[in-house]
Amino acid sequence: MSDSAAPSTVPAPLAGGAIRPLKLPLREIAPWAVLMGALMLLGIYFVGSEAGAFSMVGGTWIHEFVHDGRHLLGFPCH
Amino acid sequence: MMRRLLVFGMLAGLVAGLVGFGFASVTGEPQVDAAIAIEEAAAAPPAPGEPVEPEEVSRGVQKGVGLAVATGLYGVAMGGLFAIACAVAYGRIGTSGMRSTSAVVAAVGFVTVAVIPFLKYPANPPAVGNPDTIDRRTGLYVVLVLVAVIAALLAAQAGRAVADRVGAWNAALAATGVFTVLVVVAVVLLPVVNEVPDSFPPELLWRFRLSSLGTQTLVWAVLGLGFGPLADRVLNPAPARRTPAVAASPSPSAG
Repeated sequence: MSDSAAPSTVPAPLAGGAIRPLKLPLREIAPWAVLMGALMLLGIYFVGSEAGAFSMVGGTWIHEFVHDGRHLLGFPCH
Repeated sequence: MMRRLLVFGMLAGLVAGLVGFGFASVTGEPQVDAAIAIEEAAAAPPAPGEPVEPEEVSRGVQKGVGLAVATGLYGVAMGGLFAIACAVAYGRIGTSGMRSTSAVVAAVGFVTVAVIPFLKYPANPPAVGNPDTIDRRTGLYVVLVLVAVIAALLAAQAGRAVADRVGAWNAALAATGVFTVLVVVAVVLLPVVNEVPDSFPPELLWRFRLSSLGTQTLVWAVLGLGFGPLADRVLNPAPARRTPAVAASPSPSAG
């Protein structure tokens, strides 16, 4: 390992072509985690709770559509 | 790197959700139908001449496309969060590669967001649960999931803190102990909810809950075992290039 390598957790490519990182830098993960994490939680909210305790879009169509999945995935339904 | 990991996480999640859909259709839907029959028998029959309330979504759609979309979307969303969790955990929890990291994170995720909430606030079929208390029950459920997730994160940090001194095995035991203590305290302190009517058949309740837990088990198993090899390919971008390079090298040190 070269001492001059940047203090990144991703090592530079080795001679053999193996460039497998040992860790993924949190700096790189954070923006994806914030954006996609919020989007994914919104998806789980629509399956798990829309028109139950809270309602974002109004009406009970989504609740009725995902009804069986909500029960069987274990969310409180009604 | 992260973009591809997320895509593969959501892909593995979609497959996991559809496997869950298959399992839930076969094992869970008979119980949902039976519970709805009990619910409708208990409801007052419509007065003669009064129009029957139209169903917003038919039973056929609910148990077919509706269930598939619900489990599929749940799988995709959970798969995305799972990919983020694996990216953070990789190289930080003492596992040796992405496949074992993915399996461990899935096992922890399954216990944290499916088993722990299930033990305190188990899944209920239609006809069980008072609609007037849905706010409180949803709140308690979310609180327990959040507590379990925070407990898992604290436990992982505790394990990492002692791993250098006590070794990986004992660090994992310490983390498990921290998680167990925190979660047991929360589960004992949170209020009990029991809204099962006395007349509801216990056998039907048992089979419904078992199929619900089975669905979650399958979703997490497929997610954890499916994501690992896919993510491994993201982290090892050129396994095909490496093999001929090794084969071409006559050096004995190559092995």
